[in-house]
Amino acid sequence: MKLTAGAVIVEPGNAAKNKTGSWRAFRPIIDVEKCTGCGLCSIYCPEPAIHKGKPAKVDYDYCKGCGICANECPFHAITMVPEGKR
Amino acid sequence: MNDKPFPESLIAPGHGACAGCGCILAMRHVLEALGKNVIISMATGCMEVVTTPYPETSWRVPWIHVAFENAAAVASGVSAALKSLGKKGVKSVAIAGDGGTADIGLQALSGTVERGDDVLYICYDNEGYMNTGIQRSGLTPFGAWTTTTPIGKVKRGENRQKKNLPAIIAAHGAPYVATASVAYPVDFMNKLKKAAAIEGPTYVHVLAPCTPGWRIDNSKTIEVVRLAVLTGFWILYEIENGKLNVTFRPPKRRPVADYLKMQGRFKHLTDAEISEIQKMVDNQCKHFGIE
Amino acid sequence: MRRMLTGNEAAAIAAKLARVKVISAYPITPQTVVVEKLSEFVADGELDAEFMKVESEHSALSACVGAAAAGARTFTATSSQGLMYMAEMLFIASGLRLPIVMANANRALSAPLNIWCDQQDSMAVRDCGWVQLHCENNQEIMDTTIQAFRVAESLSLPVMVCYDGFILSHTAEPVDVPEQKDVDEFLPPFKPQYALDPEKPVTMGPMGVPEYYEEIKCMQQEAMRAAKEKLVKVDVEFGKKFGRRYKLLERYHSDDADVVLLTMGSLSSSVKEIVDRYRERGEKVGLVKLKSFRPFPVEELIDALGHAKAVAVLEKNISFGSAGALFLDTAASFVNVEKAPLMLDFICGLGGRDVEALQIREAIRAAARAAESGEVRKTVRWLGLREKLVGLRT
Repeated sequence: MKLTAGAVIVEPGNAAKNKTGSWRAFRPIIDVEKCTGCGLCSIYCPEPAIHKGKPAKVDYDYCKGCGICANECPFHAITMVPEGKR
Repeated sequence: MNDKPFPESLIAPGHGACAGCGCILAMRHVLEALGKNVIISMATGCMEVVTTPYPETSWRVPWIHVAFENAAAVASGVSAALKSLGKKGVKSVAIAGDGGTADIGLQALSGTVERGDDVLYICYDNEGYMNTGIQRSGLTPFGAWTTTTPIGKVKRGENRQKKNLPAIIAAHGAPYVATASVAYPVDFMNKLKKAAAIEGPTYVHVLAPCTPGWRIDNSKTIEVVRLAVLTGFWILYEIENGKLNVTFRPPKRRPVADYLKMQGRFKHLTDAEISEIQKMVDNQCKHFGIE
Repeated sequence: MRRMLTGNEAAAIAAKLARVKVISAYPITPQTVVVEKLSEFVADGELDAEFMKVESEHSALSACVGAAAAGARTFTATSSQGLMYMAEMLFIASGLRLPIVMANANRALSAPLNIWCDQQDSMAVRDCGWVQLHCENNQEIMDTTIQAFRVAESLSLPVMVCYDGFILSHTAEPVDVPEQKDVDEFLPPFKPQYALDPEKPVTMGPMGVPEYYEEIKCMQQEAMRAAKEKLVKVDVEFGKKFGRRYKLLERYHSDDADVVLLTMGSLSSSVKEIVDRYRERGEKVGLVKLKSFRPFPVEELIDALGHAKAVAVLEKNISFGSAGALFLDTAASFVNVEKAPLMLDFICGLGGRDVEALQIREAIRAAARAAESGEVRKTVRWLGLREKLVGLRT
């Protein structure tokens, strides 16, 4: 690795190599029947870790399992289940 | 293997923000609204630290961190450079937390606004010095627990109200000042776009929760800051060239206790203390013409 | 063209000739005229630059950092309390490797408040990672400031050009002002290695975690070492183009002297006059005038002073609880050298106290006594001190 003078980082967004999905204790599961594709989950996701769509699609590489999406979904289409359980 | 996750986002995932962090969400909304032609000058704080541990960065736009109290001054310098080099179409944006704005950062911000520099200043307000472990700031609300306003035998929590930053900046004659909440992203993003389009010093102040600092569950970030607005605790407005415009009026203002009871930092409050806070909120709402 | 200019005017004109793009400075005595002159140049359209009316020195340097990071050539000026107020930013500017040039009109530090000359201010920040150059006269201020931009931009290091407050800042001397076209040839436009630009986004000023901080700091130290060579190179080139050279230090009748004085800044001129009088009488006294304080030119000083029997350091600063900064660094240079002179430290000229011929002679006499006896009775002394007032002598 080459250090830059003044510690300048020249690769934009290279933090993406951190798969923060490993932080999760709970994972969001989308109920494809209930999801209307409104996109509120993706607007409210801090990471971002959820793509707007019908249905919405979680990027489990990055999702930290905060549960905001499940709490906010107007159609109750997202459930948080303990990580490790299917 | 996804080489560039969420390529449309100007903040890459993989940063170290807490699960459920309201502030990094605010950052996402900022970049969504402003686009790639910005240069961000950021103060020391949570957002700076979680997004740039060398050699990693979450930023997909030009970004500089300098010190705690000078985001505004750095952004002014950037703006002057752009002007002197004849570079058009790039906006200088300063971003700092409530600490880096209202307290240690107030002088620099005041200078930037007084000089009329072309800078959009965004304050992400999580109501305390959260990055250093939840100490009080000038924007910590009355009654809140923080580590420097603990609930003890003699003193109980923060005894001062929030410093009215938007009013201070408006009093400087800034052409545009606005408040926002991460629970109202469209309102927030519209205000950002409006502020960015103005050549001159503009100020947007967004209330963004800190889940450990406010002692709330990770999943309640949006719910709590929506309640802040629905109870009239936090009012969404803009001041354009001195003229006030409230952009959201809660249809039926809920009691502030609903908001306070969601947060562990207020759990020590007695009914009498909550009534006192309700009176403060009532006065504030009266001032803004909210019933 | 030859003009009568004060030191402040020389610094301002040099910045103008360097075609700085952003000036961000806050007024403080005795630097004020630098700021005033530059704002006049901009107001008259003589200098195409943004003049920022910052509200403090901390913001002044912060704005310079933002401007330099965005790719503009920047300039600021300060003194004393202002330098202290921006102290945090000095370290940050050098850590970010930004080529900012600053004029510092050396002034004493509060408390008690004192607006007059000494070098405590720039000595107090000697660790900050800026190249620190000292000037003897206003011509040197003009020349050094122009050279500073070349040095700064080629090394990505900020440069501080120091000159004595009031003694130089406010005293008019004849100065050869270089022609704009010659300066343009000497100093091409600023082309940063990294710049804040949406076309090529970079992150500057990240959190320097323990895994990398030490290496990043070492790179800074290496840049400072490279600065020594660069300073010489730029000086040679400047000499070829403009006919004046300064070097890292000047040896004035010192090569065959048993007693050599060592000093920085305008005091060098006064000492040179005294040295001339000693030489007229056939006495072998000399002066080494140090120009570059940071990087500290160890090899050059060993070469210039090693042969002497006694070196008298005359300096306008003191590191309380220790000795003067110039003495400390010079003594450290000789610590592992076999043939080393005896060294005496003379604190003088604090807070604008005039350093008189009598005091300089006193220092020479003390050094001569040490040279003869082979010992130094008292290493650190004060010149011009009224000992009775301090209760040191009844």
